[in-house]
Amino acid sequence: MSGEMGIGVSAPRTEDRRFITGRGRYVDDINLRSQQYAWFVRSPHPHAEVRGVDAADALKMPGVTAVLTGADMQADGVGPLPVAWGITSRDGSPAFEPEFPGLATDRVRYVGNAVAVVVAESRSQARDAAEMVSVDYGELESVASATAALEEGAPQIHEGAPGNLCFDWEWLPAAMAPDARANTDKAFKEAAHVVSLELVNNRLVPNAMEPRASLADFNPATGQLTLYTTSQNPHVNRLLLCTATLKMPEHKVRVVAPDVGGGFGSKIYHYAEELTVCWASRRLGVPVKWTAERSESFLTDAQARDHVTRVELALDAEARFTGLRVDTIANLGGWLSAFGPAIPTVFYAPLLAGVYKTPNVYVTVKGVFTNTTPTDAYRGAGRPEACYAVERVVEEAAVQLDMDPAELRRLNFIQPDEFPYQSPVGQLYDSGDFEGCLDLASKLNAYDEFPERRRQSEKRGKLRGRGMCFYIEACGAAPSQAAGQLGARAGLYEVATVRVHPTGSVQVLTGAHSHGQSHETTFAQIVAERLGIDFGNVEVVHGDTGEIPFGMGTFGSRSLAVGGTALYKAIDKVEEKGRKIAAHLLEAEADDIEFTEGEYRVAGTDRAVSFGDVALAAYVPHNYPLQELEPGLEETAFFDPENFTFPSGCYICEVEVDRQTGQVDLRDFVAADDFGNIINPMVVEGQVHGGLAQGIGQALLEHCLYTPEGQLLSGSYMDYCMPRADDLPNFVVATRCTPTPFNPLGVKGCGEAGAIGAPPAVINAVLDALRPLGVRHIDMPATPQAVWQAIQSARSGG
Amino acid sequence: MDAKVSFTLNGKSVDAETTGATLLVDLLRNHFGLTGAHVGCDTSQCGACVVHVDGVSVKSCTMLAAQAEGRTVETIEGLASNGELHPVQQAFHEHHALQCGFCTPGMIMSAVDLLRRNPRPSEVEVRDWLEGNICRCTGYHNIVKAVRAAAAAMGEEAS
Repeated sequence: MSGEMGIGVSAPRTEDRRFITGRGRYVDDINLRSQQYAWFVRSPHPHAEVRGVDAADALKMPGVTAVLTGADMQADGVGPLPVAWGITSRDGSPAFEPEFPGLATDRVRYVGNAVAVVVAESRSQARDAAEMVSVDYGELESVASATAALEEGAPQIHEGAPGNLCFDWEWLPAAMAPDARANTDKAFKEAAHVVSLELVNNRLVPNAMEPRASLADFNPATGQLTLYTTSQNPHVNRLLLCTATLKMPEHKVRVVAPDVGGGFGSKIYHYAEELTVCWASRRLGVPVKWTAERSESFLTDAQARDHVTRVELALDAEARFTGLRVDTIANLGGWLSAFGPAIPTVFYAPLLAGVYKTPNVYVTVKGVFTNTTPTDAYRGAGRPEACYAVERVVEEAAVQLDMDPAELRRLNFIQPDEFPYQSPVGQLYDSGDFEGCLDLASKLNAYDEFPERRRQSEKRGKLRGRGMCFYIEACGAAPSQAAGQLGARAGLYEVATVRVHPTGSVQVLTGAHSHGQSHETTFAQIVAERLGIDFGNVEVVHGDTGEIPFGMGTFGSRSLAVGGTALYKAIDKVEEKGRKIAAHLLEAEADDIEFTEGEYRVAGTDRAVSFGDVALAAYVPHNYPLQELEPGLEETAFFDPENFTFPSGCYICEVEVDRQTGQVDLRDFVAADDFGNIINPMVVEGQVHGGLAQGIGQALLEHCLYTPEGQLLSGSYMDYCMPRADDLPNFVVATRCTPTPFNPLGVKGCGEAGAIGAPPAVINAVLDALRPLGVRHIDMPATPQAVWQAIQSARSGG
Repeated sequence: MDAKVSFTLNGKSVDAETTGATLLVDLLRNHFGLTGAHVGCDTSQCGACVVHVDGVSVKSCTMLAAQAEGRTVETIEGLASNGELHPVQQAFHEHHALQCGFCTPGMIMSAVDLLRRNPRPSEVEVRDWLEGNICRCTGYHNIVKAVRAAAAAMGEEAS
């Protein structure tokens, strides 16, 4: 029964079979009768006026049905792509939100900005015809870096944003307002030590392995639109299609996100391409399909990070942190992506206190338009940037004070008896045992034996370094009211339906979406545990607005904490209704009925009915309390969390650096995480491995690079260095558990931890290795070239 | 230029009309409906499209359909026999070597070819061989574990 595959068991995944036999069903695998293919005409210029589009030659090409432009879209009343989060500058003015049309009307602001779409009978015909569309561009001056865009005389990208400034924001949560700035300045004035760093958080491309794809099918006879799309949140996509862009009634739109090949944030948004194929299908009356080439993904998937930050830490004479000041410039790209303004602000600043009792924190962020692809959430989304700033400056403080970095952290940790802990940057931390995690990581790393390992490396001519990171992050987005106060334009609850069939098998309809996270397995484990039924008798359905009542989808490590809790509460309702049915069948009072291991029993007796019998009675209500209870057994719950959840963890990384080549080899990577309770340890470890790989990728390999004018240089896997099997070590992962009190499962979320904690651990290790050569600083990614240059410039005293 | 191509596909003789420019992966996916081979890039880097041609792993995005003439092509759909998973498929399942599943068919087909060439690869040899298959989900940790477990299982079967 449930015990075999209940909560806490590493159940093998039910979703695997279709993937390992080639029977997955991704969007590009779906084909409809009479479907046509879309190919986009995209700007080759970072910044230009669009003076006209001449489609005459393209329309003469074989198989071409239509060439549609931004003017056509505007004429049809299609609205701009929405911004889902409003940010307010420190002077009280709202951030500038330009109207971002699906197809450009008068101006393009990044290379890849869609200008027109060709629809043809085959993909190659559409592609060939797109080459024949002649766009009259008036090239404008352009700028790719946010710091350059802020300089006087920089090219101006939006008239409504003088100086390219979208917002100039400071973080003043109620807990610290209005004195945060003055108090922090005072802490710095009185400090015994001040440590400061200038950091660049490198721009990344999420690179889910499945390129985005959309297939829209409008039926002119019924007025019904079905969209198959690579989405992490199909209901949100439908909501935005219906309310913001296409403006159709929701009951006429079905959005299906079938198997989706990874997301990592990049498939949250309502993109121009899926809007355009929906509109084209409605206009032309045929199904229209678009599948991105990887080159298009590099140009058009929302990119991430790209911060320049000054971080300063004040310490007293006992090395206690007394103040933290952070000033960040964030690159938002040429337009605002849906959460673009929120990621470097409200998803960033509230985590800057880290795991420490720093009493005073003051954060300012400038959001800047540039002629680059819009940026948005990518695995971690604001928290990796926060963690990197805090954990780099803490490690630097240890170096400057000649302290063991672990001891400096211990001295400043929030203690286990201080939870729930009100941080000065507005978060109420739920639980944690930071010393315990640090001890666990140190043990797994054999911390005290490092000097010997360093000697062994030296014997082989290698420089060995060790780096540590202690991250904390916020998952389980979000308490809707708190998010609303911070500018969110949507609720952030989650929804689940538990449909019990007459024979007692169960279908779960969840608003969360699995694109690798394993919901089909872990959610079934929760049901099996709670209802005492066989794991194999539970089917989890996700990704279809036609089947599932509603949902906000999967992002921000929220699926289990929010979606799992919605499921838990729907099970509560099923259990309660079942109790009343059982009481009737057993001729007892409902209060006297216990429910354990799939059986309703009159307490203290051997009179019992199985859950299956109760389900059958609900659907064949011959002997049933029809006067008090409706037949059927199906319940839905919406869960809006009371607070975020706060996973934390200690990562220790050891590297060897080859001083001749600058090559960094990872020799050891230990992750000790606190995710609260765990449903499936195997799945959690897998999530940690994947996050670590992406975090290590950011630290050592990955870099999205533009020319100063905004031409993308790293636009393929030949140029953008993805972590490969031979770039990574085996990971040592372990967990400690302090359950969160803010949801009944006690779970926190594990999807993003690795990507948050790994970058500072790796860079701290690289710097530890290079310090004997006089290297004091390096930015990510620490490629062989960057390391070699750092060594050379230290040698020449630079 | 249209041409007919005939070859053996997962044990059956097949033929299809192709254009001279049709890639093998497109023929498999669009004509034969074998959508297990995926297209994850356009520079022959990601390996999501790996199939076997005459028993050797090949990136089917980098081979013309016409080049399959007279040859034997095996795809992920043909790997399990009579409903019984290949040991590499079984090991991927047991060791959680896949998450979103998109790279998985190519990864498995590539690993099967590795084990044909080198029945007991070391960890370094597995990592080195899989350099041409990109996975964004797993960090490769469990993929390497699965491939080595499959090697051990196949070794036991053989002995």
